[in-house]
Parts: sequence; structure tokens; C-alpha cells
Amino acid sequence: MEPRPKSFYALSAFFILFLIFLYGPTLTIGILSFQGPGGGLTFPMRGVSLHWFRDLFEQQAVGDIWGSFSRSLVLGLMVMVTTVVVSVMGGLAFRKRFAGSTLLFYLIITSLVIPSILVSLGVGLIWSQSGLPVHWATSGFGAQLTWTLPFGLLIMFAVFNRFDRSFEEAARDLGASPWQVIRHVVLPIIAPSLIGVALFGFTLSYDEFARTLLTSGSYNTLPLEIFGMTTNVTTPVLFALGTLTTVFSLLVIGVFLLVVWMMNRRRARHGSDAGKGMV
Amino acid sequence: MVLRKNDVTGWALATPLSAVLAVFLVAPIVMIVVVSFWGATEWSIYPAFQFDNYAFLLSSDVTYRVFLNTLKYAFVTWVFTLLIGFTVAYYLAFHIRSLTWQIALFLLCTIPFLTSNIIRMISWIPFLGRNGIANSTLISMGVIDEPVEWLLFSDFSVILAFVHLYTLFMVVPIFNTMMRIDTSLIEAAADAGASGWQTLWHVIVPLTKPGIMIGTIFVVALVMGDFITVRFMSGSQSANVGRMIQNDIGLLQYPSASATAVILLITVLLLIGTLLRFVDIRKEL
Repeated sequence: MEPRPKSFYALSAFFILFLIFLYGPTLTIGILSFQGPGGGLTFPMRGVSLHWFRDLFEQQAVGDIWGSFSRSLVLGLMVMVTTVVVSVMGGLAFRKRFAGSTLLFYLIITSLVIPSILVSLGVGLIWSQSGLPVHWATSGFGAQLTWTLPFGLLIMFAVFNRFDRSFEEAARDLGASPWQVIRHVVLPIIAPSLIGVALFGFTLSYDEFARTLLTSGSYNTLPLEIFGMTTNVTTPVLFALGTLTTVFSLLVIGVFLLVVWMMNRRRARHGSDAGKGMV
Repeated sequence: MVLRKNDVTGWALATPLSAVLAVFLVAPIVMIVVVSFWGATEWSIYPAFQFDNYAFLLSSDVTYRVFLNTLKYAFVTWVFTLLIGFTVAYYLAFHIRSLTWQIALFLLCTIPFLTSNIIRMISWIPFLGRNGIANSTLISMGVIDEPVEWLLFSDFSVILAFVHLYTLFMVVPIFNTMMRIDTSLIEAAADAGASGWQTLWHVIVPLTKPGIMIGTIFVVALVMGDFITVRFMSGSQSANVGRMIQNDIGLLQYPSASATAVILLITVLLLIGTLLRFVDIRKEL
């Protein structure tokens, strides 16, 4: 290999600084969440303890953390499943031009770029004016979909842009019905990308704040609960909570990456099954 | 009108998507436009068709100041995210030689995007606070004698948080377009005697424009529509349009919040519409 140019080292240094910028603050609150009982929101550390994590498990200290966590979890799973199904169907629809497809495409872009507070305000107004109670599982769920679906669809567009249609043609030549082509050819090929869509669907919902703000009703999701805490909690218990949810997010990301990796490995091991079909 | 087979299957597949967007995107926008003409008392809102909300909004110079401030945040954030995002993407695309490493480092850049924005904002407190790491480091280095007050709760911290949260939205699309650049073009430029900078400026930057445009769309839309970062990082001392809307909502003045929202939406859509003229998103994905 040719030797590295000088710019490589300068850029490497820049990249490392960028990573420190990205991760440094989060690592800091990770460390500070182990403050001793007398410690504050900044350094120095006054001892090391699990005091603030213990506080999280005491209802009166922090409010309804665990209730909001389980709501966020359920909502995240609901949004994830819906995002995957709707995005795949939408992605398939957009493979061919249909009347109104351009309009629908611009609606998707609008959904992505519209200030979140408008969705929150508009959905909230519709619900309140029609006398429906806003609830995280109805109005909140729908409001979050306007955020996750554009990402899911953009991923699907990217996937289908790179999709080799000769696989489908081959299947059709062998007499497969349209549904069989989707079920046995298209879906298995795009499966790893679907894991990506699912990951986006879940994490974007789990961390969503602005679109849920006016649409979730009296039961908070976790980000809303955390934001509420920022105005009245001034102890490291805030950091302990931040550390826990970040660790949870990282675990979720890790699990998804692991699944993709295993799928790819399985695929590589099995290789082509040409000539191994039922004879 | 002839109904073609394409249209039938297309719409059958797109029905769930259209339904969600109709109920949770189009209807809310219509509702906001309608309510922006309504009237409000201190505790309730009533249907009407009056231009009072707009008249008040457009006659107050607070409105213009706040819109200007919002555009300022968007512009400054755009400059920083573009410079940092481009550099990082360039490094990953052209200086990292193995695909495995490229993917690994790219993932390392994307992971924070999938964690909570609010937590990422909170995590600046120990850095920027009055007794935070930045101040104590500067004091011990002898650069300053007293803690600097403007690190947290200022325009500085707002922009810092924006850059921290949104640089990723530049890195991803720019990296995506860079990875598609045919490396023989770069070799050709070198063979033709171009210096590194010339190649960068005359070959790579023009070919990366679609990615830059998509990143710009993301960053501009996110910053223009933000209210929570400004609220949190400025300690309620600075205002942007989102904060103005949120304030009105807090006071139950939904009609005036809606009028502001309509003007914000028009501004954002005009900006994004202009940017979209320079890039065909579907082709670039």
C-alpha cells in the first residue's frame, strides 16, 4: 500500500476530536451519576456510590419513572411494528409510478421537515375540539408515526433503488404468483434493511419529545418525564436516569446490530442454494 | 378517467401510509390554518373568521426579531455542521481504506443519533456550568480569573447543542454521496496534475453537492422547527419561533400559536422548496 499522506494524520486527529465531542458529554454524566450522596451536578466527585441509582427506584424521589418507561417501551414497539409494515408497503408502492405518487412523495418530505410542534399542536387541537381524550397510544402514537415513517420510507427507497429486479423476474418465470415473489424473494432479500427500519422506528419513538408533547395526555412518556425533571430536579439523580436510558438505548442498538450481523453471516455460510432445490 | 393496474396496486399498497399522513399530518395542518383565524379569551377559544391574530403578529417587531433570530440559529448551525460534517465524511470515505473500518467508524458516528436528545443536552451541564469543566480548566490554565457566565444559557450553548445534535444529519448524506464517487475520477484529476486541494474543490465538492443539499434540508428544518433546545440551552433567555408558539400554547392562546405556526410552516416550506430545486432526493438515496 502507498504511504499515508500527511493530511491523513491531521484528519484522523480531527475525527478523534469529533468523537470526543460526540461522546464526551454523555460519558461525563455517566461518571457523575456515580457521585457520592453529597455530590452535585459538576465535578469534583464527592465519593463514589450507587446512591443516585437507588434513588431512581424510590417513587417519591423522582415521580413516575418506571410507569413512563413502560409506556415508552410499549409505544416504541407499537411504532416500530407499524413503521416496518407501512414503510415496506409504501416502498413497494413507490417502485412503480401511480397517479398521485408525486404528491404523496412530497407529503412524506413535508412530514419530515415540518416543525414538530406543528404536529403536536394540530393533533392536539383536533383531538380537543372533537372532544376525544388525548392519549399516548392513540394521538401520541399517530403523531410519532409522522416522524418515524419518513425515515422508514427513505430507507426503503434507498433499498429498492439498489434492488436487482432480475431475481423477481426469475421467480415469475418459474411461475411464482405476485404474493409468492414478495414473500419468498423480495422480503428475504431486504430483511436486513427491515431490521434497520425497525431500529429507527423504535429508537426514534423511544426518544421522541416534541411531537408527543401535546398529544400524550396525562400519562407521560419517558422523554417527557425526563424533561419535567430538568426543571425541578437538581441532583445527580437526573444523570443516573440519563445514564440508564442511554445504556438501554445502546443495548437496543447492540441487539439490532447483532441480529443484522448474524443474518449476514448465516447468508454467507449458506451461500447460493442453486442446484440444491427440491428435485 | 381510465384506472390503470399500476394505480390500483400502487394505492392499495400506499393506503396505510396515506391514511396516517391524512389524519396526522394533513388534517393537523388544516386544523392549524383554521384555528389561526379563531378568537380566544383568557381561558377558551371560539370559532371565528378574523385576521386579528395575523394583524397582531405582523405588526409587532418582536415577531420579526424572533424570526430573524431563528434564521440566525439556522444559518450559524448550518455553517458549522457543514464544515464538520463534510470533513468527517471526507475522512471516512477517502482516507479509511477498508470497508469494515468504514462501516465501524460510520456506526460510531451514527449511534448518538439513536439516543435521547434531551439527555444529550443535559450532559452539557457539567461541562458548561459556572463551576463546570470548561471554566475550571480555563481558570487552572490561567486564561481567565473568574468563571465565564456565558458558556451555559446563552446563544453560544444553544448553537453548540445544535451542532452536537445535528452534525450527524450532514455526515450521513454527504458520506452516502461520497461513497458513490467513482475513484477513477480522482485518479484522473491527479494524473492531470491537480493538487490535493484542487481535486477536493473541483472534483469532490461538486460531486458531493446532492449530499450537502440533503444534509442542509435536514439541518435547516430541524433548527427552524426547534423549541426545546433553545428553551433548555438558553435557560429561557433566548427566543426562536418554536418558543414563541410554545409560550402561546402554555397560555392557552391556541389561535395566536396557530397563526405563528402557519407563518413558520410557510417559511420552512419555502426554504426547503428552494433547496429541493437543487437535488432530486429520490435519485440520490
